[in-house]
Amino acid sequence: MARMIAVIDYRAGNLTSVLLAFQALNAEARITSDPDMIRSADRVVFPGVGAAGASMANLADLGLADVIPQVVASGKPFLGICVGTQILLDSSEEDGGTACLGLLPGTVKLFRPTSRSDKVPHMGWNNVSVVRPHPLLEGIEDNSEFYFVHSYYPAPSDPATVVAETEYAGVRFASVLGRGNLAATQFHPEKSGRPGLKLLENFSQWNGRHSGNGA
Amino acid sequence: MLSRRIIPCLDIRNRRVTKGVRFQNNVDLGDPIEMAERYCKDGCDELVFYDITASAEHRPIDIDMVRDVARSVRIPFAVGGGISTVSDMSRVLLAGAEKISVNSLAVRNPGIISEGARAFGSQCIVLGMDPVSTDSPACPSGYEITVRGFRERTGMDALEWARRAVELGAGEIVVNSVDADGTRQGFELKLTGMIARAVPVPVVASGGAGCAQHLADVFLKAEADAAIVAGMIHSGEFTIPQIKQDLVKAGIPIRMHW
Repeated sequence: MARMIAVIDYRAGNLTSVLLAFQALNAEARITSDPDMIRSADRVVFPGVGAAGASMANLADLGLADVIPQVVASGKPFLGICVGTQILLDSSEEDGGTACLGLLPGTVKLFRPTSRSDKVPHMGWNNVSVVRPHPLLEGIEDNSEFYFVHSYYPAPSDPATVVAETEYAGVRFASVLGRGNLAATQFHPEKSGRPGLKLLENFSQWNGRHSGNGA
Repeated sequence: MLSRRIIPCLDIRNRRVTKGVRFQNNVDLGDPIEMAERYCKDGCDELVFYDITASAEHRPIDIDMVRDVARSVRIPFAVGGGISTVSDMSRVLLAGAEKISVNSLAVRNPGIISEGARAFGSQCIVLGMDPVSTDSPACPSGYEITVRGFRERTGMDALEWARRAVELGAGEIVVNSVDADGTRQGFELKLTGMIARAVPVPVVASGGAGCAQHLADVFLKAEADAAIVAGMIHSGEFTIPQIKQDLVKAGIPIRMHW
């Protein structure tokens, strides 16, 4: 299984766009929920759309709740997207409080806008401001806009894991997180035009090392 | 800052993009994939495709076209027309669309909104509405919902319908003014503003865009989250980068890296 990207299917939304983006990059990606295929992949994408509670339950049903920490520990490049990112943290406020995978220290919080014009979900294009350089953001102009759709946001407790930030509804939240071989975005790079495709291209060539923090 | 979105609308008839005024006198404008690619290159923020003859011809949506669009563009797009069931929605989403727009179908069967939202999430379900101004006391907002391409009035109040659709699970509302559609004289600011202030989900203004100032007006005066453009760019009279530059000058947050 040389140079294969496994896109984890845990019944958490539509994976077509992720697959099409990698196809556009001529990178071999496969949608799979098979633990062996995920373990043997060259790199792993953990996407997701939907609720944290249902996502965690699906992972458990599919026998993947242990596979993800193993894959992250193995050192291979790992990319969380949207809800896939959120459930990497310790817990989420969603669904009355959901215990998550705990691969990044911190919690996931609900946007509580004080202004009527800040609608929830946060949906559309917003700026991503780099806090510290990361191989996934190479060649992407600082403050480029990416496409977001989410009502909850990651609030990591270790500032060293914050790679980039975005402002919405009165909070400045971590929109890109990273620690060692683990990287994660709150936005959808697969739907974010050229900057998003560049990020996925960087991921498809990344060796999983990250000089700077906790690597 | 969250950007205000500019969304080209492509009306599809027999796999060609067409444009008419008030759904009449349709003229051929080109190939949908080529046009979608061009608008993406120009920096559009999202696209919407309406298969305008699917319902009238009682056929399902052209799913191959949806697939071809998904292969060609890397930004979100919505699809409407020819969708009548949750399984139709599922096919469209699995083909790579981000959102489904329901309009006449939702008026006939409001439950489809909740079914779709439960199955795929509210962010996937867009309610499109075609309101027309009215004096009817049944419509206190002053606007009445029409269906079937403006051909039929429903007696439903537009503002009330918007609120109800959001309660049912619609994640976005497209307000397509029958009075303004195709006129290029500016958006319907009054109703768009009423709805944008009344619902907690994004509101997309549609119908009447003729110059950048019209977009600035609907963003600033009516608090729209996004605006649909069609004729003004299809004709080549304006380009998306020109419109975006004018909006930036007007102080509106706009996506400028693409």
